[in-house]
Amino acid sequence: MKSNRLVALSCLAVAGVLAMAACGSDNNSTSNPPSSSAGGTSPSSASGGSSPSASSTSTTGGSISCAKGTLQLAGSTAQTNAMSAWTKAYQTACKGSTIDYGGGGSGQGVQNFTDGTVDFAGSDFPLTSSEKPDADKRCKAGPAIDLPMVPGPIAVGFNLPGIKTLNLSASNLAKMFSGKITKWDDSAIKTDNPGVTLPPASIQAFHRSDGSGTSFNFSNYLANDAKADWSYGANKQWPAPGGQGEKGTSAVAQGVKSTPGGIGYMELSYATQNQISYAKVGNAQGKFVELTTANVVNFLSKATVAAGASGQDLPLSFDYANTDPNAYPSVLVTYEIVCQKGNPAAKVSLIKGFLTYLASDQGQGILPQNGYVKLPTNVQSKVQAALAVIG
Amino acid sequence: MDDDERRDTIGTGHVAPRRSASSLAVGRSSRGDVIFRQLARGSGILLLLIIIAIAAFLVSKAVPAIAKDKSNFLTFTGWDPDGNPPKFGIAPLAAGTLITSALALIMGVPVAVGVALFISHYAPRRMAQLLGAMVDLLAAVPSIVYGLFGLIYLVPAMAKFQGLLHKYFGFIPIFSSTGFYTKSLLVAGVVLAIMILPIVAAISREVFLQTPREHVEAALALGATKWEVMRTAVIPYGRPGIISATVLGFGRALGETIAVALVLPITFKVTLKILDIQGNSIAAEIAVYYGDAGKVGRGALIAAGLVLFAMTLLVNLIARAIVARRRDFRAAAA
Amino acid sequence: MTTSAGIAPSPLRSQPLRGNRLPAWSFFAVAVAVFAVTAGAFAVTKLSGTVDYFVLAVAAYVVIQSAVAWAVEGRRHAKDRFATLLVGVAFLVALVPLVGIVGYTIHRGLTRFDVTFLTHSMRNVAEQDPNGGAYHAIIGTVEQVAIATIIAVPFGVFVAIYLVEYSRGKFGQLVSFIVDVMTGLPSIVAGLFIYALWILDLHQGYSGLAGSLALVILMLPTIVRTSEEMLKLVPDSLREGSYALGVPKWRTIVRVVLPTALPGVVTGVMLAIARVFGETAPVLLVIGTSASINYNPFSGSQGSLPVFIYNEAQQANATAITRAWAGALTLIAIVMLLNIVARFIARFARVRG
Repeated sequence: MKSNRLVALSCLAVAGVLAMAACGSDNNSTSNPPSSSAGGTSPSSASGGSSPSASSTSTTGGSISCAKGTLQLAGSTAQTNAMSAWTKAYQTACKGSTIDYGGGGSGQGVQNFTDGTVDFAGSDFPLTSSEKPDADKRCKAGPAIDLPMVPGPIAVGFNLPGIKTLNLSASNLAKMFSGKITKWDDSAIKTDNPGVTLPPASIQAFHRSDGSGTSFNFSNYLANDAKADWSYGANKQWPAPGGQGEKGTSAVAQGVKSTPGGIGYMELSYATQNQISYAKVGNAQGKFVELTTANVVNFLSKATVAAGASGQDLPLSFDYANTDPNAYPSVLVTYEIVCQKGNPAAKVSLIKGFLTYLASDQGQGILPQNGYVKLPTNVQSKVQAALAVIG
Repeated sequence: MDDDERRDTIGTGHVAPRRSASSLAVGRSSRGDVIFRQLARGSGILLLLIIIAIAAFLVSKAVPAIAKDKSNFLTFTGWDPDGNPPKFGIAPLAAGTLITSALALIMGVPVAVGVALFISHYAPRRMAQLLGAMVDLLAAVPSIVYGLFGLIYLVPAMAKFQGLLHKYFGFIPIFSSTGFYTKSLLVAGVVLAIMILPIVAAISREVFLQTPREHVEAALALGATKWEVMRTAVIPYGRPGIISATVLGFGRALGETIAVALVLPITFKVTLKILDIQGNSIAAEIAVYYGDAGKVGRGALIAAGLVLFAMTLLVNLIARAIVARRRDFRAAAA
Repeated sequence: MTTSAGIAPSPLRSQPLRGNRLPAWSFFAVAVAVFAVTAGAFAVTKLSGTVDYFVLAVAAYVVIQSAVAWAVEGRRHAKDRFATLLVGVAFLVALVPLVGIVGYTIHRGLTRFDVTFLTHSMRNVAEQDPNGGAYHAIIGTVEQVAIATIIAVPFGVFVAIYLVEYSRGKFGQLVSFIVDVMTGLPSIVAGLFIYALWILDLHQGYSGLAGSLALVILMLPTIVRTSEEMLKLVPDSLREGSYALGVPKWRTIVRVVLPTALPGVVTGVMLAIARVFGETAPVLLVIGTSASINYNPFSGSQGSLPVFIYNEAQQANATAITRAWAGALTLIAIVMLLNIVARFIARFARVRG
């Protein structure tokens, strides 16, 4: 019967699709030209499908403590670029480990961590007093702790064709991001930028629409260094009116990049990767400071573990009134929020191994080439001490 | 569409013999029969239970969240359900949903009807079949592709067009502008218009093709031009079909998520200024915000989802009512 | 169904009994003239841009051609010409974006649409890297859709059997109404439901299966509706013949009714599969994120092709955008293929009776 042939045909099609399941590869190492492994069929479909081993961890040195398993992570998009470098290094060194950092923003990271849908979360701000109890509850056996891991500058990217650098004071930024200055050739901006021909274009400010530690830290900077012009305080939900919201740092970067007259705050790596110009930013001393590693370190070196933190919890507080004239004040530190105790037995060695790698000299060593700065050494040693007792 | 007609034609000549036949079969009281009937009936009951469970679950999540809302759920323009105090309102989301869908209809339906007329009555027959099949295929392009196209191509490409609209029609309030043209309600409307076009065109075409030949020939016999045939015979006959196609397209536009999430700015302002960088929709907000949402936040999103569901349900029921009326209309005409 | 172009368009040749008609060549002449003049205008004045040119030229042609017709043929025929032109323009206006989207996707997608893309995952690939592929996502979507189909098809077909063969009275109507209600359920709400219940309340964790469950909710009404239609088309004479031979009802359904309706049911199933294959919203919420291949849909995050496109599209890196387009091309190709196969089945294996 005709219909029987139909069934046979559809079975054939399904079989064909399933047969395809044998020819995929997780091996994206560039030393091995990807196309060469394409033809080869890797043996079975049950195990993670890793390709016939590229052997050895020689490039990354020997100090990574490996563990098998999978981790599902989410949170701050500010550390996404660091995470993709770290996961690449760790997964390459440790066969059988799979770590997926889903991004989604700090707000989502904290929420997912509390819901128990991720193994640990990235966040640009430590757990707040209202979030802490729920996060502790998720961990059952121990508190949830904040471990500072990725310090980085927040660049103020702008899109003005032909203009590569600008001086923007905290007060002007506050006005631009709250809709009080609407034109690029406003006299307040002009005064700070002698010799620059500013176009009469409108300012389109981009901010994060999702709960974001970048929003928190940037508004915190404005709230501290432009008190008179910023009445909105610091908030992970962007507090000021006006502007266009975008989900995730990359969408902010995409918005600025595609909109002449656009301005937005983003982690440095997003600006550099996308050829977005960024401004010299005014600090507490009234100086315009270029975004360089040295200037960021000048600012971060005054950071201290916040008063009131207990045990292995390491939330930092910044010194916005920094007296160093070369301190770049628009920075953030992104944390890993993790259970100190009570991690599932199947995951604990991978969580610990991966985090220990991040805090090691080797792990911190790849931060500068990705647009971040290393943790100050005194903070780094505290983080390592905290990691030693993770269980 | 046709399902109801078929039910009609078959329904009458169908029930009586089957009933007698089944009673005959029951008389033989096969155990297989009982099992099979229970299986079929069980599926129906299970489906019912699933839907009831979904509804109960969603309502049980939504109601406490709305109770915690310290603002007016219907009118507040903002979304901070996990803040202290929780504040959120459906107004900007529902307004954006309705405005973008309405824009889609205004732009999409006339074009779709034109396409349907072209395929059904203007194009040569072979070409018409080919074009018809092509439009059907285009209806299958997944919405993420429309979203990608909208975000990467349409948003920058429409900047100039939006600027021109503002320049020449800026005196009309809905075209006032801040001078920036990126994501906007209009862009979302255009994306939705493109998306609903194939559906509306396909349904309208079917209806136009069913115009009784007598009507057309009668018009021709009176010396009507082609347009007069369309105006006096084809379009009046197809009007209920066009309306129900429009309503179905509206329903699809209301529920569309991803394409809209990519081309709307996701802000919380109720505005009719379709060029402004403002706008949101219920579905888009759910897709963008679900990850951030805490307990109250999830309930708030579910409440928003239920509002959306109610909107699409209403629209679908209206479409169905129109189809039912059309049946009467045709019965009268026959 | 939409493919049945049963009734041919009537041959509408309105023969005028008298009056002047424009000769065929005049349309061509007017078109050439209008396009040339517009081109001239674009060369001389500040007007510019290809799109602007075509928009203006076509608009001018419609107006001028109608005006010419009015002058020569009179008002009624001018109206007719105008309407014809508008219908033609509407067709063009629709064709441009629809074909444009497919064409543009092919154009942008071909840059990365290669063996590497189809056979590699995103493991160890950062957004700014040019390599990587969608294999993990394709596998994820195929498995999720397969599971959804396995759950939804028997369930949906049984509901359809119930509705056509057994139900009478209020309960049948209620089930029928519920199916209509499900048709209108926005896909994102289905995803939100599974997210809130399965992931958060039941702590099942992200998995491909969760995505499948959301897809089942979307597939069910389509499958019930199309199967119901096809079962109804099976002529009663076949059923009666079977009963007359003493075959019990259930065997009649299994051996006579279902096989007769099978091609139609298969078409409906294929169309449902094609539809959910491209669904982003419900899957986005519940499958987690995975850059590596995970063949196991029951445990751990999985990729999904539409979600892959969604995520890559929102990156600022050109490399990611290129991957998004290649993913879109892959998705369109798969969905189109499913549709064409479905229509092929529908056309060549109609329910006969």
